[in-house]
Amino acid sequence: MSLENESRRRFMKGALTSIPAVTLGSGVSLTAPADEPPEQLSDYQPAFFDADEWAFLLAACDRLIPSDGDGPGALETNVPIFIDRQMEGSFGHAADWYMKGPFPDDVSPLMGYQSPMLPREVYRAGIAATRDYCVREYGEEFTALESTVQDEVLEKLEQQEITFENVSALHFFAFLLQNTKEGYFADPIHGGNKHMAAWQFIGFPGARGAYLEWVDQHNTKYPLGPVSLTGERG
Amino acid sequence: MAKTNPPVDVVLVGLGWTNSIMGMELTDAGLNVLALERGDDRDTVPDFAYPKMADELTYGVRYKLMQRPAKSTLTIRHGVGDMAVPYRSLGSFLPGDGVGGAGVHWNGHTWRPQPQELRLRSYIEENWGADIIPDDMTIQDYGVSYDELEPFFDYFEKVAGISGKAGNLNGEIQEGGNPFEGWRSSEYPMPPLARTYNDALFADMARDQGLHPFPLPAANASEAYTNPYGMQLGPCNFCGFCERYGCLNYSKSSPQTCILGALKRRNNFAYRANSEVLRVELDSDGKRATGVTYIDADGNEVFQPADLVILGAYSLHNVHLMLLSGIGTPYDPESGEGVVGKNYAYQMNGGSTLFFKDKEFNPFIGAGANGEIVNDFGVEQIDFGQEGFIGGSYINAAMTNGQPIRNMPLPAGAPAWGRGWKQAVQASYGHTMTIGSHGSNMAYRDCYLDLDPNYTDDHGRPLMRMTFDWKPNDVRMTQFMKQKIDTLSKALGPDDYRLSFKDFDSRYDVRPYQTTHNVGGAIMGTDPSTSALNRYLQSWDVHNVFVMGASAFPQNLQYNPTGLVGALAYWSAKAIREQYLPNPGPLVQA
Repeated sequence: MSLENESRRRFMKGALTSIPAVTLGSGVSLTAPADEPPEQLSDYQPAFFDADEWAFLLAACDRLIPSDGDGPGALETNVPIFIDRQMEGSFGHAADWYMKGPFPDDVSPLMGYQSPMLPREVYRAGIAATRDYCVREYGEEFTALESTVQDEVLEKLEQQEITFENVSALHFFAFLLQNTKEGYFADPIHGGNKHMAAWQFIGFPGARGAYLEWVDQHNTKYPLGPVSLTGERG
Repeated sequence: MAKTNPPVDVVLVGLGWTNSIMGMELTDAGLNVLALERGDDRDTVPDFAYPKMADELTYGVRYKLMQRPAKSTLTIRHGVGDMAVPYRSLGSFLPGDGVGGAGVHWNGHTWRPQPQELRLRSYIEENWGADIIPDDMTIQDYGVSYDELEPFFDYFEKVAGISGKAGNLNGEIQEGGNPFEGWRSSEYPMPPLARTYNDALFADMARDQGLHPFPLPAANASEAYTNPYGMQLGPCNFCGFCERYGCLNYSKSSPQTCILGALKRRNNFAYRANSEVLRVELDSDGKRATGVTYIDADGNEVFQPADLVILGAYSLHNVHLMLLSGIGTPYDPESGEGVVGKNYAYQMNGGSTLFFKDKEFNPFIGAGANGEIVNDFGVEQIDFGQEGFIGGSYINAAMTNGQPIRNMPLPAGAPAWGRGWKQAVQASYGHTMTIGSHGSNMAYRDCYLDLDPNYTDDHGRPLMRMTFDWKPNDVRMTQFMKQKIDTLSKALGPDDYRLSFKDFDSRYDVRPYQTTHNVGGAIMGTDPSTSALNRYLQSWDVHNVFVMGASAFPQNLQYNPTGLVGALAYWSAKAIREQYLPNPGPLVQA
């Protein structure tokens, strides 16, 4: 509720104060950030994750969408902040899902999620188990491993080459990857995609939502930068 | 002890397309009509207003407008020997929720069935003989003909405000429309939408291949429009937030934009949101409904007496309510007897994703139903005897909802994460188009709906159980389409393309979204031993219960269901007004 009120206020404020900063036709746009800048990842105090879990999450996100090469990485775009907020929201609590038992074993994966664990519980147990695995296997925390070794650990989770006692490595990796991409591409109102950098990278105009005059301009790249739900322009 | 409300003439269960139509028709007849909708009340403003709709995470990924499985779901299994497990989180299909129902969040693909599809068993028997129908395939005729329904297709298209181009006006083939369609008594209410780039490329290529492309009939207004109820639509601005979203622009046809504003002004109509019907109550001999019991918005159990009960919930819920209420005999797959729950069917789809380094598609520019179609491989075109399957598809090049979380197709072999993923995303987004096959799905003896023995909802009622899997006949159909689409894909000259079709080892997978075209379970027909409803959608067993929606389809069409669902509601309403009200009782003698 407070989030909605806050965003409405920010939207109204943005709508009244921002000046269109777009150069039509050239394909170049200037950035006019909203007057309330997003949080700094370095200053952010996670609500769900403890300090060790948070360090793991930052390191893992940095491998799933790294900063090198073209385009921003997960850390520049505040993806871990998005994930922390999701843990506290309806996704983390599976609030919309049918979570009554029984939960039979050996159900075909084609039948979808069939675990009694909430996504936030999967994260907590998955991070702990992966950290233990790294200490056991490599003698170091995940965060201290070389990036190539970190990639190797993530690949083993993805390929189910690691199994854990109390949590499905497959579920843990699937949630982590899904939420990382969500945080990268979702509207900044949800905490990630800082300054719409991921949208600018791929050329998605965000919440513009009006293109009638562009429908028949075939094979021509749309030139305008994105706008966000709060009225930020990129 | 349940509270009892004052009686009404008609209680409508659910307030989506079908019961909005019933509300208009039955208030026109002078009846006192009450609608009970279990979800929230919703309207364009404030619920679908800009900018909040333009939020992919909330609506496209977290399904804010859909039914929450926590509140309502079913169980699913592949075969009669399996234990069904709950559909715990949404994936394969997305039942709508709230006032407007799935009519809020659809894309707006609005089709009439082919005349042959409505009498499929007879059509096959006449042309190839009954021997080509596999033993376990339980397809039937609908019991109503295309010619009988034509005026109701026409009227629904005028109410909904469809943009398109007729291909067959009173038997005369029209340039630019679907030359294979059934006859129409009039042109579409609006011309086709403006064409996107993918659409133009596909149309040119299809013509070169000797096929007959035409614009997808769209429930997205191409211009300003006023419908027969005085409701107004504005031209679609291709905002790109259509399927899974409410329309922010009064452009997508929905109960809200096309009917409810007019209906709510009528003094003999009322509706209550957040009011969940638990069951239909029957009198002591089970032959007549006395009303419904529901939970009101304050959590109280209420009995609502009514002379007429219209089930217009989502297709799956109509069947669930019939099973819970004891309306009709539940279907038994062992004996093949019983009717309620029989012939659940789905949709057999497949497609190709094409990658072009040097083409700009701007995939975020899209109406819900912009697209180009060829119907050259439809049910009515295929020689079932020669090809070895029963069914068909329309083939489409559509572009909609190009939002990046869900719509990020990458070439085969692209990494799922890491630097390579980022490179693939940069190279692919905006440079892909798709060709899809939207195909029929036949009915089978062991694909059905019944009550689950293990799982219950918050009211302690058993969940419904779906037993469903893909069958070789339908896989042969989609593999035929794969060959066709492979040829069409090559002809477009992409740098790369990727085909995705069901194969003989494919099992039904509830995880990826496929389609919300769940049909059957309360099927219409001409014989009470093989159908739950007669040709007017009236229960054979309880004459004052009528059941709307795609639950009445004996097997699935090659097309999206809403055009037929809307026409059947008007067809049923006419029968109620002209035949049932003067003389309440069975409209067809068993």
